Amino acid sequence: MSDPFHLFTGTPDYIASPALCDGVNVAVALGRPLLVKGEPGTGKTLLAHAVARGLGMPLIRWHIKSTTKAVDGLYVYDAISRLHDSRFGDRDVRDIGQYISIGPLGQALTMDERVVLLIDEVDKADLEFPNDLLRELDEMAFHIPETGQTHTARQRPVVIITSNDEKELPAAFLRRCIFHFIAFPEVELMDRIVKVHHPDLPASLARQCIARFYQLRQVASLRKPPSTSELIDWIGALVAGGVPEATLRAELPFLGTLVKHEEDLGRVQRAAARWKN
Amino acid sequence: MFLDLFYALRARGVPVTPTEWLTLMQALAQGLAFSDMVRLYHLARAICVKSEHQYDAYDQAWLEVFRGIEAPAQVRDDVLEWLKNPVLPMELSERELAMLEAMDLDTLREELEKRLAEQAERHDGGNRWIGTGGTSPFGHGGLRPGGVRIGGPGGGGMAAQIAAKRRFEAYRTDRVLDTRQIGVALRKLRRFAREGARLEVDIEGTIHATARNAGEITVVERPERKSHLQVLLLMDSGGSMTPYSHLVSRLFSAASRASHFERLVACYFHNCVYEHVYRDLSRWEAWPVEDLVNTLDRGVKLILVGDACMAPSELTARWGAIDWGHQNDMAGIDWLRRLAEHFERAVWLNPMRLPLWSHPTVQRISDIYPMFELTIDGIEQAMKHLSGRRVEPPEPPQGPVRGGGLRHPSAW
Repeated sequence: MSDPFHLFTGTPDYIASPALCDGVNVAVALGRPLLVKGEPGTGKTLLAHAVARGLGMPLIRWHIKSTTKAVDGLYVYDAISRLHDSRFGDRDVRDIGQYISIGPLGQALTMDERVVLLIDEVDKADLEFPNDLLRELDEMAFHIPETGQTHTARQRPVVIITSNDEKELPAAFLRRCIFHFIAFPEVELMDRIVKVHHPDLPASLARQCIARFYQLRQVASLRKPPSTSELIDWIGALVAGGVPEATLRAELPFLGTLVKHEEDLGRVQRAAARWKN
Repeated sequence: MFLDLFYALRARGVPVTPTEWLTLMQALAQGLAFSDMVRLYHLARAICVKSEHQYDAYDQAWLEVFRGIEAPAQVRDDVLEWLKNPVLPMELSERELAMLEAMDLDTLREELEKRLAEQAERHDGGNRWIGTGGTSPFGHGGLRPGGVRIGGPGGGGMAAQIAAKRRFEAYRTDRVLDTRQIGVALRKLRRFAREGARLEVDIEGTIHATARNAGEITVVERPERKSHLQVLLLMDSGGSMTPYSHLVSRLFSAASRASHFERLVACYFHNCVYEHVYRDLSRWEAWPVEDLVNTLDRGVKLILVGDACMAPSELTARWGAIDWGHQNDMAGIDWLRRLAEHFERAVWLNPMRLPLWSHPTVQRISDIYPMFELTIDGIEQAMKHLSGRRVEPPEPPQGPVRGGGLRHPSAW
């Protein structure tokens, strides 16, 4: 049984549901990667930061782009400067090690202490990308053919992978992961989240904002329903603009912070006109 | 331990593997469930279920195994699934729409589940489970020997009911057809595009080899990773396509944002392709098909989008074009053949549902182009075909369909 003092329960500024905490703790205990999905703006990336803070481990971030290759995360071999050196003799080109720089995944596997590794937006990369990571994530070891060295992690890092579902992930990859879908927060949870971000907000105003926000999410067929992070921004804008509660009841100020599509704006305005009647 | 859950999950189509099951056992051995049912519920879900779409199936499996409650018949799944994606029939009034929005989906679901359970008891062997009294905003559903039927309010004749049934079945696999899903489907085409055998210089390999060869340049080659995919998208902008315009525009925006197409050419046509296609929706900027064929390489993937429904003369007759003043001296079908002959790989995506493909011109055109439905499944099949794999296009139904050829795509 794992040490109960090292269980993740959220942090003061990151409210996690019990299911999410359980997911994190299972991943930590079993040394498996945790795959997190969920609507944009529900705090997938922030989770890694919170886990690092909650468990007191350093965080290593690896942001995936469409051109990222799996080997980039392990190490990059700077062949150009080696060629350069071979012609001008600045350094000893036989020592390949000095031309190798370790990437984020490589760092996580070579650190002395246990770390949290965030692999952000894994679905952005090529379809084959997750498959290329399988061996490294399984064995938590990697090999650098250029130098002939093999690095094995002394402590399996806590790997948190986020995905926006832009691509399906391969079954073999999924099999090795612990999966958690961050469902959209219920009103009570949202209430706590808002309190964490806007502690000075009067409770009645907060309730009013949240009610309006959920009402807005109910509007049928929005292309991009507003998410938690947008609600936080919106409340920030309302506070900065000094909008009183009465105004909020009658209209929706700063709608642009919540609704980002022109079509959606029209739908919301039509729905708002109906609510008034 | 809990092997029943494993098999209950598999029975509901959740692809749990023994590896995952052993992982769960390992987690249990470590005491991660803390002898707590809720924890166990989370634990097993995190390890066994890898998609939020299967959470519901997991819940049902859980209920069956741990509460001894027999899961209701398939119809309940179907109804719930359908309720998740309510299809609003077009004839709803403003007032009814307002009612729909005001109604909480969960309450509605509970109510429906309750009613399902009650009615199953009372109408043992009966032929209707859910009332049609008009109290439910989602209309009526019934179980008949012929299958599950769920339709909008107002009932309608047999054809409408059959259509409603089709609509509902497709919904199970398609869910919401949004741009991103289309984008994901279009990316199926990339896999092939990356298999090109062209060679490029492997700079790193060359440098490595050169450095090892005492500075003497040694060139190393490797296959190129770049995508060389070019796509020609021809879209019908005719009147009968108006109901589908939203859908087609989603396909278009997904295609134009797809970063893996080296080049995307999008043109429009009216009902059928004749000697010109048009670069703009208002059909001002004409582009002769002969030019198109000369400028675009045979390897370009051709995707036609249209309902393929027109008067037979528009397709097969000279001078048959629908536009006033447009005089084509070669029949539309010959132009379609011309395109099909030029491009090695072509598909036709039809926004109409398969049962409605019995229109004679649809049949003629599907003889020339492999025709797929404009759904996620259909697009995936079409992409497979375009990338050279063997795919059987769906078989259009023979004979006329009762209730006419056009169905409003509110189901999307």
